[in-house]
Amino acid sequence: MKLKRIAILALALVFSFTSTMVLAGNLVIKGSTTVLPIAQKVAEAYMKQNPDVKISISGGGSGNGIKALIDGSTDIADSSRFIKPKEVSLAVEKGAYPVPFAVAYDCIVPVVHPSNSVINLTLDQLKAIYEGEIKNWKELGGPDRPIVVISRDTSSGTYEVWHKKVMKKDRVFPGALLQASNGAIAQAVSKNKNAIGYISLGYLDESIKALMVDKIVGSEETTLNGTYPVSRPLYMFTSGWPKGDTLNFINFVLNPEKGQKYVRDARYVPLY
Amino acid sequence: MRKNSQTGEGRQRKERIIRFFFFSVALTSITILTLIVVFLFWEGLPIFCKVSVYDFLFGRYWYPTDDPPDFGIFPLIVASLTVTAMSAVISIPLGVMTALYLTESASARLREWVKPIVELLAALPSVVIGFFGMVIVAPFLQEIFNIPTGLNLFNASLMLAFMSVPTICSISEDAIYSVPLELKEASLALGATQWETIARVILPASLSGISTAIILGMSRAIGETMVVLMIAGGAAQLPSSIFDPVRPMPASIAAEMAEAPFRSDHYYALFATGVVLFAFTLLFNLVSEHISNKYRQVGAATL
Repeated sequence: MKLKRIAILALALVFSFTSTMVLAGNLVIKGSTTVLPIAQKVAEAYMKQNPDVKISISGGGSGNGIKALIDGSTDIADSSRFIKPKEVSLAVEKGAYPVPFAVAYDCIVPVVHPSNSVINLTLDQLKAIYEGEIKNWKELGGPDRPIVVISRDTSSGTYEVWHKKVMKKDRVFPGALLQASNGAIAQAVSKNKNAIGYISLGYLDESIKALMVDKIVGSEETTLNGTYPVSRPLYMFTSGWPKGDTLNFINFVLNPEKGQKYVRDARYVPLY
Repeated sequence: MRKNSQTGEGRQRKERIIRFFFFSVALTSITILTLIVVFLFWEGLPIFCKVSVYDFLFGRYWYPTDDPPDFGIFPLIVASLTVTAMSAVISIPLGVMTALYLTESASARLREWVKPIVELLAALPSVVIGFFGMVIVAPFLQEIFNIPTGLNLFNASLMLAFMSVPTICSISEDAIYSVPLELKEASLALGATQWETIARVILPASLSGISTAIILGMSRAIGETMVVLMIAGGAAQLPSSIFDPVRPMPASIAAEMAEAPFRSDHYYALFATGVVLFAFTLLFNLVSEHISNKYRQVGAATL
């Protein structure tokens, strides 16, 4: 029994070894569509500096990325969440040890029309607004105007953060308007005095006003020190401690002078 | 003699090749259409292992990514139908009356000017119309009617009406134009006024063509995606007034498909929504086919 297990382990080792041999000079990145823009921008820059390395990137969602990492069909798995215990045990069973690297932070801020006098909302108030229980700005100390709630399409990563951190996994009420991108929400909120929406920090501009959450301003600083409640780290997972091209790439991503510059280009919060 | 028969054979062969060429061209588009339909059903039907057809079509809640998810597209179907019906209410009078004016009372010079302009409306990219509705019309409606949001059923219907007017107008114009001159002349000769001629002779004679025009215009409206995605508001609820935001089926598919995990239940459900949408447009086309066959204008004698 024990012999068999060792044999399988050895076989797995040989397999993983050969697969890395085959992929030398080629890097496969797969996973979360939230992390995708970062991976794309960084990979473009990386390939410019290292023309002999070919990086292929695809989305498919965090779960699919981690699954591919466990199967050995990708070198790096992008993920907008931490790996789940079930996935870890599955990986260990197959002889893979996923190693997480936080590469950026995703920070979501509630936004309103600049003419709105409300400046701060608590998490509970935000939840009640998105559940359709608070219907007028008056109840929040604002003007006597109905609240128009704008949310994102349910498959977006931004919605995912909002759903988890603000809604505590309860449902956004069906009367909420839907916009398909951060830009569209910013546009819609800037055109409507009654509206409230939420967007990634990088999409803020003068045409809309960001609200504080629990009296904390959403910024790069409050995201990094962990006080701002509606944010999350984004990860890249490797199978085992990275080697060769994978290591070079991860180092590139984490380098404040190199990869981290592109994190801001992708409208996320860099690590430093 | 021999030479003659050879050239005859050569010509026949050429004929056959040409016929085969056209046959295969025609077959290509049919094959592609068939493949798309097969693919649509193939990717859409698996959702019915998870949800019953009844719950899918008549479920009131659409929460595809929740745990447990709800896949009810009833609000989406109602949204599509109300938006289409509303836009028909606006676009039919506009389109048909424009067509009547252009064929029956506009001077030839004016007609030469107006017709291309109306048809230019059809050439406007839908995203431009959507942007116009979002940036200009929505704030305007909100101000005028004092409603919470300008992104709603009415705004979307208005923009869709703009898009279907050219279709309705140019097809009904052709229908009206093809009403035999004898009919019109006979009516006028009997002492009918121009209005009576239009209402009692021309309109009934071209009714089949106008109906086809209306239905084609409506099927354009029900399948239109960009406009409803941008300005219908997107709330997956049953509307209680024409100023409520709604989410028609194409908007839901377009907004969610890009990031729905491949071959997940959500993905299947979106394809199944596509199947429902396809069923609606197919129905529209069948109805228009039926009408134009049943009331076909054969000649001056059919009235």
